[in-house]
Amino acid sequence: MLGRTVLAGGALAAAAAAGPAIAKDTINVGIATFLSGPAAGPFGVPGRNGAELVIDAINAGTLPAPYAKAGFAGAKMNPIFVDEAGGNAKQVGEYRNLVEKRGVDAVLGYISSGTCMAVTPVAEELKKLTILSVCGTPRVFEEAQRTYVFRTQAHAVGDSIAAAHYVLDKFKDMKSYTGINQNYAWGQDSYKFFDVAMQKMAPETKASENPQFPKIFAGQYGTEISTLSLDSAKLVHTSFWGGDIEAFVLQALVRGFFNDKQVISSVGGSAVDSLGKKFPDGVVMGTRGEYGLLVRDNKEPLNAWFVEEYKKRYDAYPLGPSYQYANSVLALKIAMDAAAEKAGGFPNQEQTMAALKGLSWQSFGGKISLSLADGHQAVHPVGYGITKWDKEKGAATAVDVKFYQPECIYAPAGQNSVEWLEAGMPGAKC
Amino acid sequence: MQLITTMLLDGLSYASYLFIVSVGLTIIFGVMKILNVAHGAFYAWGAYGAAYTIGLASDNDWPDWIGFVLIFGSAILVGLILGAIIERVILRKMYHEEEVLIVLATFGIFLILEDIILLVFGVNPYFAYQPMALLGSIKMGGIIRDVYSLTLFGLAILVALGCWYGLNKTKWGKLLSVVIYDREVSLAMGINVQMVYLVTFILGATLGALGGAYIAPTISVAPGFGIDVIVLSFAVVVIGGMGSIPGALIGALMVGILRAIAVHKFPEFELFVIFGVMAVVLMIRPEGLFAPEKARRI
Repeated sequence: MLGRTVLAGGALAAAAAAGPAIAKDTINVGIATFLSGPAAGPFGVPGRNGAELVIDAINAGTLPAPYAKAGFAGAKMNPIFVDEAGGNAKQVGEYRNLVEKRGVDAVLGYISSGTCMAVTPVAEELKKLTILSVCGTPRVFEEAQRTYVFRTQAHAVGDSIAAAHYVLDKFKDMKSYTGINQNYAWGQDSYKFFDVAMQKMAPETKASENPQFPKIFAGQYGTEISTLSLDSAKLVHTSFWGGDIEAFVLQALVRGFFNDKQVISSVGGSAVDSLGKKFPDGVVMGTRGEYGLLVRDNKEPLNAWFVEEYKKRYDAYPLGPSYQYANSVLALKIAMDAAAEKAGGFPNQEQTMAALKGLSWQSFGGKISLSLADGHQAVHPVGYGITKWDKEKGAATAVDVKFYQPECIYAPAGQNSVEWLEAGMPGAKC
Repeated sequence: MQLITTMLLDGLSYASYLFIVSVGLTIIFGVMKILNVAHGAFYAWGAYGAAYTIGLASDNDWPDWIGFVLIFGSAILVGLILGAIIERVILRKMYHEEEVLIVLATFGIFLILEDIILLVFGVNPYFAYQPMALLGSIKMGGIIRDVYSLTLFGLAILVALGCWYGLNKTKWGKLLSVVIYDREVSLAMGINVQMVYLVTFILGATLGALGGAYIAPTISVAPGFGIDVIVLSFAVVVIGGMGSIPGALIGALMVGILRAIAVHKFPEFELFVIFGVMAVVLMIRPEGLFAPEKARRI
């Protein structure tokens, strides 16, 4: 009797897992982003704004085609924003709180690579669908197979490879390079990837023996600017962001640094807008995807809608993180809508994850494909352009924009990115 | 020779910055025996005050030189208002408490003041580059330098001389020395110790705010940037001896010059140098290089 009961219970449970979930009017989604501290201005708040804008549009059914159908499988999203500031231990606590106490249906966001590395194992342990939006470390998916965690932003190795390609394409007489990057994982990795890519693609170029790694948020770069000025290398790579790139630009500008050196910045886009016409022309600027400054005049309907609505609502142009958060929200909607259609009702988490796995979609910033890490890690083109202040528009623009396709800058599925880079990027199609 | 000149100028420039941001901390500790963690908030408020008012002046097409008036005006205003409120409302009630409790109170004040910055100014950065742009650049030692950073030397010398003169050549300085030496005897002799404490705290707060206000034109004034200053100032003050103004000067010079050498020759040791010097000094002379001598009570 007991055996039959267990069997019946098991069958019911299996049927419940395979079938649609109970329809919901609202889904609760935790969204982590920096709302305080130095990363809030350049990353966190633009990211929150991007998410907020798209969530409201999806809830109201006002997104352009093909995403005009209202809701997430018909349900409205109730976002619960949490502050990413405060360190990894706090974020793990916040994550558990979102999942175990507040019972969210999914978690989105995260900017810092450290935080992504910290919450990923917890997401797997708690079996909660989590979509990472911004963080760049390739380690999230290359150190272990993930089931519940996805990332709608490509990893940082591609940013540095694309930077090296751009330099070699546009500045063919560049013989040597150096760098100024923050002294933590992001800065160290960015320069290392750029350096290896340069050496593999153009072994005749010479790397400086004195690349600079000042402390993050140091604020004072007078000595570093002197050192870079004395260095014979003409190209300076930087992955500075937020207040650090702004302070560096202000201090370097008055010293005529940009007249002597060609600077390439992989993620300094926020400074272009915050400094306005004070930001020097001629800096090579990346945005980690088809985002921000590089696609401001792109008339593709989704991008045009996003730029226009964002500007109308927040009186500012959307930055890279605005796109990155908006893309995560959109990916969840697409997956839930597709899963609902397949299941014939409101989808459960497993059905949503199955629809998300390997998804390829037209986002606000071009096409994104979850094609790495068994369908969990996104790839997309990464571009660079050269800053130029447009006097007529009274706004910053980018000229000579060039995007590098995923098959040129990312390791094929199943390969370790850093090992692939160090092996000379075999099989890359550029 | 070019490299040595550059390292020396870079070192002196950074040392001037360190001295200006740490002298307020050491004055408050010297007189009141309070390790004032809220010093970072004074620095941040000074910077925000200067950046906001300079931005306003620029928007209204006021001449750029007004920026210098606003830098000093903001620092004095921030020091007066915050210093007076914090000393009279919070610290005055805590002087009989253990030192560690007062440190925790100043840490709480720091957090509150940082949050108020977020409420008042938001998360977006403020810029006040006009004074730096106004002074332009000059070629020295083979490379171009901005004149504004060179004026830091002058400001640091002015602050150091002002402190020396104020402490050694004025009646107020003598009163301060007596209170530093023995608070109880000072009270018994009829010195208004509470007033000395209030003025000292306001002076320290104003110097902290001046550090932020003067640095504001060279940086992006954004939330959270006051935190690092506490750590840096603390390192300088510990090296020189807590409460010693010459100590802060020597500590700043040591750190500034050694850091410049590290950045130019061994950049990977840049961060290590600051705290390496602190560790070595603490091992050899735990009270710091120029700690004021303590009277032994019998």
